[in-house]
Amino acid sequence: MSTLEQLKEQIRKALPDLDVVIGWEQGYDAMHATPLFIREEADIDRLIWSPLCVHSLGTYLTGLTKSSKVQKVGLVVKGCDSRAIVQLTQERMIPRENVTLFGVGCSGCLSHARLEYKVEQGGHYVEDMHAITFNGDKVEVAVDGGVESFDFDTVCLEKCLTCRFPNAIATEHFAGEEVPVAPKREKAPSLEAFEKLPLDERFAFWQDQMRRCVRCYACRNTCPMCVCRDHCISTSRNPHWVSQEASTAENFMFQMIHTMHLAGRCIECGECQRACPVDLPIMLFRRTMVHAVKDTFNYVSGADPEATPPLLTFKAEEDNINERGW
Amino acid sequence: MSARTGVLTEGRELRIVGFLCNWCSYGGADTAGVARFEQPTDLRIIRVPCSGRIDPLFIMRALVSGADGVLVSGCHPRDCHYAEGNYYARRRLELLKQFLPITGIDPQRFEYTWVSASEGARWQDVVTKFTNRIHDLGPAPRMQGGSGYDELCLKQIEEGVKQGAACPCHKERAL
Ligand code: SF4
Ligand code: SF4
Ligand code: SF4
Repeated sequence: MSTLEQLKEQIRKALPDLDVVIGWEQGYDAMHATPLFIREEADIDRLIWSPLCVHSLGTYLTGLTKSSKVQKVGLVVKGCDSRAIVQLTQERMIPRENVTLFGVGCSGCLSHARLEYKVEQGGHYVEDMHAITFNGDKVEVAVDGGVESFDFDTVCLEKCLTCRFPNAIATEHFAGEEVPVAPKREKAPSLEAFEKLPLDERFAFWQDQMRRCVRCYACRNTCPMCVCRDHCISTSRNPHWVSQEASTAENFMFQMIHTMHLAGRCIECGECQRACPVDLPIMLFRRTMVHAVKDTFNYVSGADPEATPPLLTFKAEEDNINERGW
Repeated sequence: MSARTGVLTEGRELRIVGFLCNWCSYGGADTAGVARFEQPTDLRIIRVPCSGRIDPLFIMRALVSGADGVLVSGCHPRDCHYAEGNYYARRRLELLKQFLPITGIDPQRFEYTWVSASEGARWQDVVTKFTNRIHDLGPAPRMQGGSGYDELCLKQIEEGVKQGAACPCHKERAL
């Protein structure tokens, strides 16, 4: 039985006890998947599982579990998605007992941004892509009557290159085989490259990039760890942390808020950058914070339901903090 | 004593913000003042109840809004008036310190330390050293301009449309 068939079977059995199960279905074209809300058995047929299933569905949880109409929620989760649920559980942000997880092992998801870039470089229009096949290490895209083939590693999401959690963890169900843990890179290549720049060039880069932010807040809204909803300090007037003026400095400040509020919580799912309509490389900020947390507190977010997040605790003598003595 | 004042040779004043906890470091600064220790003058002190009250975003907000340096000082570890506020602070501030370089803001522009209420001389030392450091770094770079559709932005869009798929808006996609 294929992973998808197993998954459908597990959902079919569990559905009578659940108000809704969220998975993915084919989206508006061949290139995209979209979240699927399964409420009745008939909906299960529309479920898909492929590298197009990029969305981290845990982002719906904090809203859904507060609604009076929904008591029990099921979610289909990849490895990275499951870490969001673990971290939310650690922080007691969700009633975990009301959530049923259907885990899968994942060998990487497609980065639409990288693929589209390559297709454009090949002289085609993104709109002309009309079919996609994942064939082991290759991705084949039908475009303009021809077929373009790419190595999967060159068009997958960057997080998949460094992934240490391809298999969903702490789930109630698991469909298919476990995928071997085999990160291809130690560190995200974009971060490695960026860290070679001197400070002034980095600042100039952000000046150029933050200028383009349209403050749509998609990065925040899609983040599974951003749980504040209507109370986010980036959009509240009291306290008034960020001016509504869309200046470069204020856009940058908003990114600082998101990054700081995700310190020790960000599970590096990359959803923020994926959702950004102007492709701002904001994962550079998130990844840097993730590395700082790992180096200083030896903590990996969303890996252990029993662990205490590093900023909710302390040690009288810290292991790795050198207090510069002055 | 070579305490420098807030005015640079070009006549531009540097802005240094200090977040000090009420019980130790603010007291330490007071002790230094009462003892008439000579101190640089460009530190603007903001008194907070405890270093545990200091959100790293206070520091970020100050830096984004035009501070050239930010100094945080609280009670020594084990001496917090509220027992453990500075332990939490230490973790947050350390992360901020490590994070700053990715933004291109020089991490030297931010420092955190501990000064007790009786350590007037130590306060003098800390504030002098930090002020000198910021003077050596000079004024901090600022994020400039509005986004939105100002002239430069419209020009870029126009060029982008001409270039089609090679438009600069897509340049980051390779990352
Ligand atoms: S900040 Fe970005 S990478 Fe981190 S949890 Fe949120 S969406 Fe995921
Ligand atoms: S940016 Fe901060 S305040 Fe806003 S939703 Fe995220 S965690 Fe909450
Ligand atoms: S998604 Fe992108 S454009 Fe929108 S607010 Fe976030 S960084 Fe800005």
